[in-house]
Amino acid sequence: MSEAYFRVESGALGPEENFLSLDDILMSHEKLPVRTETAMPRLGAFFLERSAGAETDNAVPQGSKLELPLWLAKGLFDNKRRILSVELPKIYQEGWRTVFSADANVVDLHKMGPHFYGFGSQLLHFDSPENADISQSLLQTFIGRFRRIMDSSQNAYNEDTSVLVARLDEMERGLFQTGQKGLNDFQCWEKGQASQITASNLVQNYKKRKFTDMED
Amino acid sequence: MFCEKAMELIRELHRAPEGQLPAFNEDGLRQVLEEMKALYEQNQSDVNEAKSGGRSDLIPTIKFRHCSLLRNRRCTVAYLYDRLLRIRALRWEYGSILPNALRFHMSAEEMEWFNNYKRSLATYMRSLGGDEGLDITQDVKPPKSLYIEVRCLKDYGEFEVDDGTSVLIYFVCLVETGFHRVSQDGLDLLTS
Repeated sequence: MSEAYFRVESGALGPEENFLSLDDILMSHEKLPVRTETAMPRLGAFFLERSAGAETDNAVPQGSKLELPLWLAKGLFDNKRRILSVELPKIYQEGWRTVFSADANVVDLHKMGPHFYGFGSQLLHFDSPENADISQSLLQTFIGRFRRIMDSSQNAYNEDTSVLVARLDEMERGLFQTGQKGLNDFQCWEKGQASQITASNLVQNYKKRKFTDMED
Repeated sequence: MFCEKAMELIRELHRAPEGQLPAFNEDGLRQVLEEMKALYEQNQSDVNEAKSGGRSDLIPTIKFRHCSLLRNRRCTVAYLYDRLLRIRALRWEYGSILPNALRFHMSAEEMEWFNNYKRSLATYMRSLGGDEGLDITQDVKPPKSLYIEVRCLKDYGEFEVDDGTSVLIYFVCLVETGFHRVSQDGLDLLTS
């Protein structure tokens, strides 16, 4: 891992995403269900099943149910809900919240939307009456799952960890990797490799590629 | 839906293993800019129609396109910025001369940025430590001892170092296998 490369961290768990964070851009590309409160002319081309046709200026009619990415929903949303109103995705609704409170560890959060926590935190912007419950549910889910992530990341040394991370969402995977790095650094130190000089990973990767170029 | 091409750029960068610099996607960037131009022109004509033709129902559509423009801008800026972070890391990890393979991955503007960064860094380093300056890209961790034992793995032949002739004698000895003591600077040069 390159030690001199400091990427822009995700801000999704806080009040606002980080503009330059690649993780946040990917997270806000995920879709959520919305309902149009007004007709939107000339956009029918994107939503062919809903389009009202050429007579109405190719409009998307009022009251259509669409799936829009988070960034678009955020941009078009306002308090008076003049253009859109937002529905909560299933996984943040009552039913799933009960499942999480029962046992958070069994759920495959990667399948449910790989940015469960970040997306859920940003959903709070839409002023749903269930906001308090959603935020509690996010917190409790994380508390329930955290222990297992920490234990597995600290005890899996030099093994294939794909089974362990398969059901984690992106934020949890980041935590897992941090844990693994800590474990690897500690093992290096124990073996006395910490004071050995090694070529940096970045340099080694470029060297390898150069060799294969010569072989072609 | 708009901004798909911009997302491709972001995903391509995100996929590259930590810190590595993929080739500059000039084509992709051009397509994003073209989409932005088209969006802007459509919005311009719709704004005129809304104002003069009284079509205030076009406002949601204008907002829609405006959001897409902002999104494209965000993706472009984040793409370029992240690449600069990676290029900056190259100076610290690789040194000031980059291999050709890497240079082909950079655009002309990125190359210029790299040269300017090198120059700023060099000026700063020269201003430290009295007359000689201090190379802060080496020795980021404090050394355990002044000299380190080295074993020669391969007969390299004679090796010239820009430290000066007084050091040359070390490396001529290195030709024979055995243990020798080398200062840490020399070692960094040899392990690269």
